[in-house]
Amino acid sequence: MTDHRQHANVYKADFAKLGESTVTPQLLTIRRQALDRFLALGFPTTRNEEWRFTNVAPIARTPFRLARDNGAQIDDRVLNSETLDPDWPRLAFTNAHATPACSSARVRQDSLVIESLAGRLAGEPRGLPPDLTKHASFDQEAFTALNTAFLDDGAYVVIPRNLVFEDPIHLIFVSAAGGNGDATVSHPRSLIVIEPGSQATIIESYVGLADGVYLTNAVTEIIVGHDATIDHYKIVREEPRSYHIGATQIHLSRNSTVSSHTISIGGALVRNNITAVLDGEGAQCTLNGLYVTCGREHVDNHLRVEHAKPHCDSREFFKGILDDNSRGVFTGRIIVHPDAQKTDAKQTNMNLLLAEGARVDTKPQLEIFANDVKCTHGATIGQLDADAIFYLRSRGLAPETARAVLIHAFAGESVEKIRPQPLRRQLQQILLKRLPHGELLQEAV
Amino acid sequence: MLEIRNLHAGVNGREILKGVNLSVNAGELHSIMGPNGSGKSTLAQVLAGRDTYEVTEGQVIYQGRDLLEMAPDERAREGVFMAFQYPVEIPGVNTAYFLRAALNAKRKHHGLDELDAVDFLAFVKEKIKLVGMDERLLQRAINEGFSGGEKKRGEVFQMAVLEPALAIMDETDSGLDIDALKIVANGINHMRNAQSAIIIVTHYQRLLNYVVPDYVHVLIDGRIVRSGGKELAIELEEKGYVGIEGTGAATQPVTAGRGVS
Repeated sequence: MTDHRQHANVYKADFAKLGESTVTPQLLTIRRQALDRFLALGFPTTRNEEWRFTNVAPIARTPFRLARDNGAQIDDRVLNSETLDPDWPRLAFTNAHATPACSSARVRQDSLVIESLAGRLAGEPRGLPPDLTKHASFDQEAFTALNTAFLDDGAYVVIPRNLVFEDPIHLIFVSAAGGNGDATVSHPRSLIVIEPGSQATIIESYVGLADGVYLTNAVTEIIVGHDATIDHYKIVREEPRSYHIGATQIHLSRNSTVSSHTISIGGALVRNNITAVLDGEGAQCTLNGLYVTCGREHVDNHLRVEHAKPHCDSREFFKGILDDNSRGVFTGRIIVHPDAQKTDAKQTNMNLLLAEGARVDTKPQLEIFANDVKCTHGATIGQLDADAIFYLRSRGLAPETARAVLIHAFAGESVEKIRPQPLRRQLQQILLKRLPHGELLQEAV
Repeated sequence: MLEIRNLHAGVNGREILKGVNLSVNAGELHSIMGPNGSGKSTLAQVLAGRDTYEVTEGQVIYQGRDLLEMAPDERAREGVFMAFQYPVEIPGVNTAYFLRAALNAKRKHHGLDELDAVDFLAFVKEKIKLVGMDERLLQRAINEGFSGGEKKRGEVFQMAVLEPALAIMDETDSGLDIDALKIVANGINHMRNAQSAIIIVTHYQRLLNYVVPDYVHVLIDGRIVRSGGKELAIELEEKGYVGIEGTGAATQPVTAGRGVS
């Protein structure tokens, strides 16, 4: 008998306790289907090709209780340090429950929506937003099924037609383990709809409040209408003993432009499932990423880009810096459907190993069913360049400084792609603390 | 300033330098010439502290200290500079940032205040004029996308910023067109002064048309076989290295010149 079945009762018990009174019958049905699907699938094992390099047994064997919002409060310090710009609309969540006191979002005005999903589900008019659960399929994804079974709250953003929304919208998800030492799980669920002709910037920050064992099991669906543009950032900075499984499901329509950045710098085990479906001619999708690991951390970026229509471009650019005994996984699957002629897809994964014990598995997977396409991929795994270190030292930089300069330069290429300045500065500061000998650089800056 | 005594060095057990003796005083410009494979670059790299080369015998005394005991970065902070034959491209590292870090590492080492960004920029903009380069390159990554000639000029520019006591220029003239060669020569001439010494390692004498050396040494098969004044370079140009080789190895230390090392 496998572990997940041992703990199935824990999930079933918490499912039974979910409030049903404020939820529509339609959502209840979806939740039940999702729970059934989760119970049938069970947690994946490394025998599943999609999870070959990432062993979630530590998650499967932990009896995670559903985290409550009353267990932990976001204190002002956390909120202040996470606030990137006080003028930006902000939605904060504690264990996937909206924390209105810490949110500063404008609510609905002229069909602009920036609110908590629970608010929408409970409000008038009641009912599910039409796109919710439509794109992130839980048929084969146990974690998405589990998230959907507990679908309750998260962010709901709608940028109405032909609106250029200048300020980045900041979504802050704080996870905290239960006060009594119980391992807890939360299931943030977000829906972001960029209607035709609109533009927006969305930042999702996932952070931990206190050291403890918790699982953040997030799903975000992003629907981008024709001729719309989104700049999306997902920052994962969980606590050292915690787990983060997140799905980013992006749907692109005709002539839409998506750039999505996934930055992982914290968590015992982080898995980012990033899926983009280019479902209209002329769509352009850029997926960037950076992962920085140390200790025994494990980060897995699992990308799937589906070219469903002709004349679409996709770019993937992921970089990893791995220290100590940490491990990285990159899977880049590109599927070009028979119709999708003139597809232009490019994938790059570069890894820097800082220690003997660090390891990366990188795997491109191209499945091309059209004949007039351009698909390239490249992966590198290397160490710091000895020639470059010598060059810097020959000018007087101490060896640690030379190494630090080169490591930050490697990360810098990804960080520079981050457009909102306050976010870029925050990440630069975090990286200075996190990467070896960053303090030497602060001195030199 | 620099005293090389019976220096033997090689790579992977293969001896390349087979007993080099050389003495360089402050204020002097020496040129070390030799055919390909004679050990010129090995000598430059050993002096800069490249650890791929193993010193098996001999001594190098720099300003009264054992140079070979010093780490490459310490040598640099103590005033040794090598202009690379093949300058390394370092994507993502801003040139101005790098040079300020280098200069401040050196200043700190000598107990001087570090330069802030404003003072540094003013200082460095003067220096970059010396090599006729666009000051926008300061905001670019080190050597990234530079042509061969730009890289060489960049080395001379870095040398001007760091103001070394001892500069070793490893084939700085190779790959330069005549205009760039003149610019580089002009830069080197600007930096000649009574307190510092320059060693130019080169295959050809053409740079020496513009930079007049005090001493010329011919390095063949890991030994300095002849030393002389600037006229030796001209003789080399006429006869080639084959003509020189026949004259036999001069294994005595070459002691030259003005001042005391």
